[in-house]
Amino acid sequence: MDFSFMHKYYQFYIDGTVITLLLSFFGVLCGVVLGVFLALMKLSRNSMLKLLASAYIELVRGTPLLVQLYIVYYGLPKLLGWDFADLTLGIVAVSLNSAAYVAEIIRAGIQSVDKGQMEAARSLGMPHRTAMTYIIIPQAIKNILPALGNEFIVLIKESAIVSVVGIHDLMYKADTVRGNTYRPFAPLLVAAAIYFTIIFGLSKLLAYVEGRMRTGDSSI
Amino acid sequence: MIQVSNLNKEFGKLHVLKDINIKINKGEIVVIIGPSGSGKSTFLRCLNLLEEPTDGEIVFEGASITNKYNDINKQRQKMGMVFQQFNLFPHMTVIENITLAPIKLKKMERAAANKVALNLLKRVGLEDKAFVYPNQLSGGQKQRIAIARALAMAPNMMLFDEPTSALDPEMVGEVLGVMKELVTEGMTMVIVTHEMGFAKEVGSRVIFMDDGRIVEEGYPKELFSQPKHPRTKDFLAKVL
Repeated sequence: MDFSFMHKYYQFYIDGTVITLLLSFFGVLCGVVLGVFLALMKLSRNSMLKLLASAYIELVRGTPLLVQLYIVYYGLPKLLGWDFADLTLGIVAVSLNSAAYVAEIIRAGIQSVDKGQMEAARSLGMPHRTAMTYIIIPQAIKNILPALGNEFIVLIKESAIVSVVGIHDLMYKADTVRGNTYRPFAPLLVAAAIYFTIIFGLSKLLAYVEGRMRTGDSSI
Repeated sequence: MIQVSNLNKEFGKLHVLKDINIKINKGEIVVIIGPSGSGKSTFLRCLNLLEEPTDGEIVFEGASITNKYNDINKQRQKMGMVFQQFNLFPHMTVIENITLAPIKLKKMERAAANKVALNLLKRVGLEDKAFVYPNQLSGGQKQRIAIARALAMAPNMMLFDEPTSALDPEMVGEVLGVMKELVTEGMTMVIVTHEMGFAKEVGSRVIFMDDGRIVEEGYPKELFSQPKHPRTKDFLAKVL
């Protein structure tokens, strides 16, 4: 197979990869911040907050990312009457989606801590908040971090969908190269190889960190 | 020291505790026995409000802890609790397990708290385990650490919820030994247990519970040798 088009178009792939990484990084970052709030709302004793968070999470998980992307991309500028950069809208859509999944990861992580831990802490006279800070959350984090790494990987892959609204990510750039070179197949293989390299590298890194966490922690 | 009046607890339609009345004085060793599901653990957990009673009043050292304006955290510091499943904090070393509450709640200096902890570890015979994590300990050792952790808050009363039920038989003795020592030091204790020999030996009062009620109570010698109520007779015939 002939990859000689790369001479001319390699910069396209670099630019696209940068956008994909930016999108995923900020998507996960905002997703985690929002997700923490959603998880706290869902675990709170206030039934109104609980309902709001649950409704949001169910709505996001119950609709396709593509639909959410269109809604944000076309709806948000109209709703607020502002102009946004395409990339910003992409990040917003991805974050709003990711937040729901992150919230569930955090909630599950906290609830997976044995309830005897909370009872033991409370029986010593610790207020709920103290028990959460020193006993529950440190143990929950060990369950949360690996799942959060997976979410990051999923997000990088799913971010390819933003190409349909014309955000210049890796997938979009690969399509452009296909159009310019009249070659339907090879440019996609290059994009696939780049995606794979990023994700494979990241998952190895996460596995390494996870392994380190497990050996450093003599607690299980 | 603690007075329980008309205590009721319902889980949905299940009526687990029915009109419990009891007064426990300072220095008493109250042992609660009874079949599974009789409500003895629930009753014990109501004493420090780990279970919220549906109805009734509990007064501890003059404070009505069932009053909704009462801050239970204050009284819990005075009532140590030991669980069947130990519930040590797995992400902390033994000494951190013991010192966390005194440091955070009593604002004790770390050095002072460590000193208290090492003394307690010596008492339970585990001073060499101060810096290991709970997963490196046997069940009996874990439970002795759990007792030390509760004692670190210098409680006036200790609650034991089947402290030896999750242990291998050869480890029961070491935990009971630590508890006996507490008895000789005059600690007020409420113990839910299936160890009838231990109940007979250390109890100053035995309470037999069945179906959410206190069926019979009395001195261990009398209750074990001459139970009055047919349910007690039936139960003791099966376990002794």
